[in-house]
Amino acid sequence: MSVRHALLALLSAGPKYGFQLRQEFEASTGDVWPLNVGQVYSTLQRLEHAGHIESDDSAADSPQKSFRITPEGEKELDHWLRTPPDMTSPPRDQLVIKVLSALVVPGIDVRDVIQVHRRYLVELMQMWTRLKEDEAEFDLTLALVVDAELFRLDSVIRWLDAAGGRLQRAVIDPPIPSTVPLLRRRIVVRR
Amino acid sequence: MSFLELRKVTKFYGEGAAQVRAIEDVELSVDRGALVAVMGPSGSGKSTLLTIAGSLEEPTSGEVLIEGAPLSKMSRNDKARLRRRTIGYVFQDFNLLAGLTAVENVSLPLELDGVSAKRAYATGMAALEELGLADLATRYPDELSGGERQRASIARAVVGERHLLLADEPSGALDSTNGEAVMRMIHAACKRGVAAVVVTHDAHLASWADRVVFLRDGRVVDQTSPPPSPESLLAPAPEP
Ligand SMILES: Nc1ncnc2c1ncn2[C@@H]1O[C@H](COP(=O)(O)OP(=O)(O)O)[C@@H](O)[C@H]1O
Ligand SMILES: [Mg+2]
Repeated sequence: MSVRHALLALLSAGPKYGFQLRQEFEASTGDVWPLNVGQVYSTLQRLEHAGHIESDDSAADSPQKSFRITPEGEKELDHWLRTPPDMTSPPRDQLVIKVLSALVVPGIDVRDVIQVHRRYLVELMQMWTRLKEDEAEFDLTLALVVDAELFRLDSVIRWLDAAGGRLQRAVIDPPIPSTVPLLRRRIVVRR
Repeated sequence: MSFLELRKVTKFYGEGAAQVRAIEDVELSVDRGALVAVMGPSGSGKSTLLTIAGSLEEPTSGEVLIEGAPLSKMSRNDKARLRRRTIGYVFQDFNLLAGLTAVENVSLPLELDGVSAKRAYATGMAALEELGLADLATRYPDELSGGERQRASIARAVVGERHLLLADEPSGALDSTNGEAVMRMIHAACKRGVAAVVVTHDAHLASWADRVVFLRDGRVVDQTSPPPSPESLLAPAPEP
């Protein structure tokens, strides 16, 4: 989460006071990322240092100090908005490793391992949905944040479902091991 | 007492070598006001479970009880009445009758049950209103979007005193916005006391349920525990 750019985005709508920025930041992320005052001011200092924002010189570091975005800041913000975050690295999260490891442990039904994780993820989705049910109908930013979490969790569940399906088929019709695991080697080597 | 209860329900199709064990020893109970989702891969027995719970098919063994009354002890007439008056079904493709408006579709089950046309219409309107669909009442199914059609069929499923809603992949062909609208409606019906079982392979839909039951190869292998308060999600450490 780039607090720096989120603050730039808020300033792009017009000059704001420090305390205002903190309030608006929390509101604009559906209150899911609470920030402390120190974080806001240290980030603002860094932005000012980089020439992305300017402040009136009045009361130093008081909540009444007002900030505005510079043309460089606007350019930086636009660039950040349009740059996709890096999503190229192969999935190597702990869950994938656990399932791959379960495959080689004798006496373990991988489907049971998969189910434990599936249940946990569905329970998390139930919690997020509860939140949406209560409030998000009336709170656009919260709804967007909740949806992002739901889709992220759902994609993991789908991977587990697909893994379960693959395992089922592999039992019926075992795959022939590839003699040249080229792609595999490349994936392992990549950073 | 549970509104719907399945006790060691087993269903085999076919015989001998061709026999398929669709579900085996399934236990499930659903209270009034509860929304239970059943998840599982294709072929795991979800639809079989639902049709047996809805008395549309008989189990090979085991017992289904509705409001404590075992279906096996009921006459054909009793069961037919139960299907007309108590149980509402929502299926992916089983939709509305084309020649009838939304409100006529919704009130049809009541009319079939001998309620006067006028009263049936009023009750149908009330069901549509409660679910926020009053505007669609006089439209024909082909004048409704897929999402609206499915929502009207949920109104039909809970019209009058029908307190058991059984839905099989209720948002099958719908996009996520309409899928959510369908689940919001089912959820709202449950808040008014309906017991609902929703069968789905979609975790987004299942996550609306109070409890999610997982089927694999015809058996219940797991279920979720009651979700803790969502407040716990709102206090993660901020990431710099
Ligand atoms: N009428 C039927 N005759 C024979 N086999 C059936 C019948 N209905 C379902 N089955 C079989 O029972 C199993 C469970 O099917 P179903 O309940 O439709 O699963 P799901 O809804 O989870 O996809 C499958 O193997 C299916 O082929
Ligand atoms: Mg099915």
